[in-house]
Amino acid sequence: MKDKVSLPDFSVAQKLGLTEDEFQKIIEILGRVPNFTELSIFSVMWSEHCSYKNSIKYLKTLPRDGGKLLVGAGEENAGLVDIGDGWACAFKIESHNHPSAIEPYQGAATGVGGIHRDIFTMGARPIAALNSLRFGDIDRPHTKHLIKGVVKGIGDYGNCLGVPTVGGEVYFRDCYNQNILVNAMSVGVVKVGETMSAVADGPGNPVFIVGSATGKDGIHGATFASADLTEDSAKDLPAVQVGDPFQEKLLLEASLEAYTTGAVIGMQDMGAAGITCSTSEMSAKSGTGMRIDLDKVPTRQSNMLPFEILLSESQERMLIVCKKGEEDKLLKVFDKWDLECELIGEVTDTGRLEFISEGEVVADVPAEPLVLGGGAPVYDRPYEEAKYYSQLIDYTESQITEPEDYIAAAEKLMSSPNLASKKWIYEQYDHTVRVNTMKTNRHADSATIRVKGTDKALAMNVDCNSTFVYADPYVGSMIAVAESARNIVCTGGKPVAITNCLNFGNPYNKEVYWQFVNAIKGMGEACRKFNTPVTGGNVSFYNQTVLPDSVEPIYPTPTIGMLGILDDVNDFLTLSFQKPGDIIVLIGENKFDLNSSEYLQWNHKISNSKAPSFSLDQEYRVQQCIIKANEDKLLESAHDISEGGLLNNLLESCHENELGVDIHRNQDIRLDSFLFGEAQSRIVVSIDKNNLQALKNICQSNSVELVELGKVTDTNIQIDNIDFGNVGKWKTLYNEVIEQKLD
Amino acid sequence: MKFGVIVFPGSNCDDDMVHIIGQVFNQKVEKIWHKETELPNFTTEDCIIVPGGFSYGDYLRSGAIARFSPIMNAVIEHGNNGGLIFGICNGFQILCEAGLLPGALLKNNQQKYISKNIVLRVETNKRRLTQYCQTNDLLTMPVAHGDGRYYCDAETLQSLKDNDQILFRYSNSQGETTETENINGSIENIAGICNKAGNIFGMMPHPERASEQTVGLTDGQQLFMSLMELKLETAV
Amino acid sequence: MKFIAEIQIMPHAELLDPQGKTVTKNLPNIGIHAIDKVRIGKHVELEVEAADEAEASEIVDQACQKLLVNTIMEKYEFTLAVLA
Repeated sequence: MKDKVSLPDFSVAQKLGLTEDEFQKIIEILGRVPNFTELSIFSVMWSEHCSYKNSIKYLKTLPRDGGKLLVGAGEENAGLVDIGDGWACAFKIESHNHPSAIEPYQGAATGVGGIHRDIFTMGARPIAALNSLRFGDIDRPHTKHLIKGVVKGIGDYGNCLGVPTVGGEVYFRDCYNQNILVNAMSVGVVKVGETMSAVADGPGNPVFIVGSATGKDGIHGATFASADLTEDSAKDLPAVQVGDPFQEKLLLEASLEAYTTGAVIGMQDMGAAGITCSTSEMSAKSGTGMRIDLDKVPTRQSNMLPFEILLSESQERMLIVCKKGEEDKLLKVFDKWDLECELIGEVTDTGRLEFISEGEVVADVPAEPLVLGGGAPVYDRPYEEAKYYSQLIDYTESQITEPEDYIAAAEKLMSSPNLASKKWIYEQYDHTVRVNTMKTNRHADSATIRVKGTDKALAMNVDCNSTFVYADPYVGSMIAVAESARNIVCTGGKPVAITNCLNFGNPYNKEVYWQFVNAIKGMGEACRKFNTPVTGGNVSFYNQTVLPDSVEPIYPTPTIGMLGILDDVNDFLTLSFQKPGDIIVLIGENKFDLNSSEYLQWNHKISNSKAPSFSLDQEYRVQQCIIKANEDKLLESAHDISEGGLLNNLLESCHENELGVDIHRNQDIRLDSFLFGEAQSRIVVSIDKNNLQALKNICQSNSVELVELGKVTDTNIQIDNIDFGNVGKWKTLYNEVIEQKLD
Repeated sequence: MKFGVIVFPGSNCDDDMVHIIGQVFNQKVEKIWHKETELPNFTTEDCIIVPGGFSYGDYLRSGAIARFSPIMNAVIEHGNNGGLIFGICNGFQILCEAGLLPGALLKNNQQKYISKNIVLRVETNKRRLTQYCQTNDLLTMPVAHGDGRYYCDAETLQSLKDNDQILFRYSNSQGETTETENINGSIENIAGICNKAGNIFGMMPHPERASEQTVGLTDGQQLFMSLMELKLETAV
Repeated sequence: MKFIAEIQIMPHAELLDPQGKTVTKNLPNIGIHAIDKVRIGKHVELEVEAADEAEASEIVDQACQKLLVNTIMEKYEFTLAVLA
């Protein structure tokens, strides 16, 4: 074995983030002390990011198959859902929080690039992108800088790649001041039976690296632990990874074309832990090994050490296992697209990864113990109920002063950036390329994408109200799933499956872990109710604000990315009122409930209320009413009540066609709760008056309450005889809040 | 008549064009790889589409590198012989860089990418691309570009006007070409032009993204039908 | 006194420069084969009012650090000359 310095001891392992036990386990696995390169390999593969060691135990409790799933969670880069007519959909969400906090533009851009690669390595063509963003106080100059960078990064990357960014959510809360969240989701389609696997079958088959050259990107942790590090080497360490969407576009087209040659056995994207992760995961999946010559890997810098090549996270690279004898077919495709495609090794039958440099073996480790589901550690962390939880207050009418001037209260609420139009953001994203986007000029609760060659469409959204999850991790996570499903249903679709991006604080903090465990529990329960299994996703721990004397975790933010199917493109529903005279109806139960509402947080500065009331069963029945009513073509529009309550819901439905409403409370609920409360499981629909009885029948047979609210009018917003004025005024406010802060 | 859609590395509206021309209008269409050097299957009756996207990543200047792609000599020759050429978005940028159309497309004046539906006012119906429109017709379709600010010098502008080469202007829904509607700061709200001979067209907005009821916009059909000289009743 | 500053901003040497890479690869299309390793940066010119060159340098440096340059991605250097 080649090793320039003496073998590392535990102090080195510790610097690499490994525990004493883990270090001992490595020695046991190898039957000897690892050299530095080998230790680095274990350290990245057993990191939280690759091994899910602190989360997998609970992730396994989520429903991960059934329904329309063709490939379950964890089996491939992303789950695969049967959408009918011979087509399948692959979709996944992933975080890029910490890189985006350092360099927002590149961090967000490379996040988008990474998630699309996960999809097209499965042979699926990405047809839509979504993102879920969380920033701090929008009035802080640093937040503005982060927003501008992240938005431009997402836009420049996705726009160039030619994948429309069709949906998303953006929230502003102080808990994200230091630690923003950037979660990116990709949705792709592929013909059933034409998917690719990340496998390395067939000893003797050649292994290729394709795409960009390898640089010293993303290897800081390991590098600073390296005793072998020269000053010269450290100087060259890039602080960030630079994304190249043009390269990715070529890689996308070349990869999809390469499959059609039949020469490809398996392919995997190089994300975290680069060559190490792709070689070990592909080998472990096939029960094979690989022998890789690191000298053959094209590098961007000349003085790269073996461990640097192995750990590099340079973007836009893939590992391909090719059928022996059919290398020319592969090379021809990549040559056509002007991409580097280098033979770097071969598949072996040893079950080991052997890395060679300058003719000598520099690392020799078994593949299986490195990977999740193989020998990677699995931990069950201790947890305890967070102290704040029992101190949260269930606010009643007497504890909240009713506004004297409702118009002023409404104006104040509608000036919250959380409720305002995000058009400053989404107008920087190409959302119409690929000519499938159905809601380009028709606003709806979910993004809706027609699937060419079928009559179907896909509905998709990302959702998580983290205030609710903070207030009650269990209930809040159920609500996140429920709201996603509600948004699918309100677009005319049926919920099918979810992907999740679990953003939490430090898992070694017992209270954070309590949030995590309960969030998973609630999520699992809701997913079972809606029959929406989890196809995969990503866990991001250590999201926190470091203060001089404490560390504050972010609000727990388990973002749900949901996929739904419209059996017919004509089932599509918008959220906009269509014509004056239509009846406005609320489906669901109205009651006094201002807990965790944007109104309490923004107008009253109250942040210690409980989660809003929620019943999974009631939610399910409400959604069934909408599905049935849409099947019977009774609905003109549908829009769920979420942040900002009924008033925000109505205004949003008025904007597009510049219509008004005449609404009467007719119920014994105080007006502030009626207008601003965020009790769950409520959907507002507009219908032709001739359809009212039919809708009542549907609600009755589902034991769901139906409340007649009033009707659509010309342009005035009239509620309970209060004249809120012309819709134009509200539309202007809606459109200008964020623009004025950022332009 | 048939259509050829050039595919540069980084083109991303090529599939959309093939879909609209082939599936929606049922016309013959094929892709042409940028490394080809000739257009043997095409006559001057046929139309070469230079689609949108980010050819060569739009690095250096939008269209600057694509303009020197091997196929471009043949495209230029096709245009010089009177063959039809239609460039949309990045395609418009490439045609300007190649000198097939006058002027240049600069970074949007707000320095931001713009993706939204806009209204175009048809400035002339005496050109092939707009022959089935009426002058002053208003068409709604998406724009999606970062470098869409049309610019040319005063002399060129005058000659564009004198020769009826201005096809579209950015407008509001009342047909007024105000500064507010001038989304990217183009000179005199210009959104699309043709060459003097009237066989080469360029525009920033995307008619192919507004040609199907499923996507909720259909105004783009008028331009394709004009270009294809399809009978109006064959509209899909 | 008034000075003119000329600032050269370049991507850090160790970072990937996608633009430079793409230009390098495509120069042969116009028949130029002898060029390699193109890297593309920015050139900024500005005028600055200051008591002396040291102060001018200080102000320009601040402008670079805070706005003109993304020091995570780019490095810079500048020259100052007295404006006639």
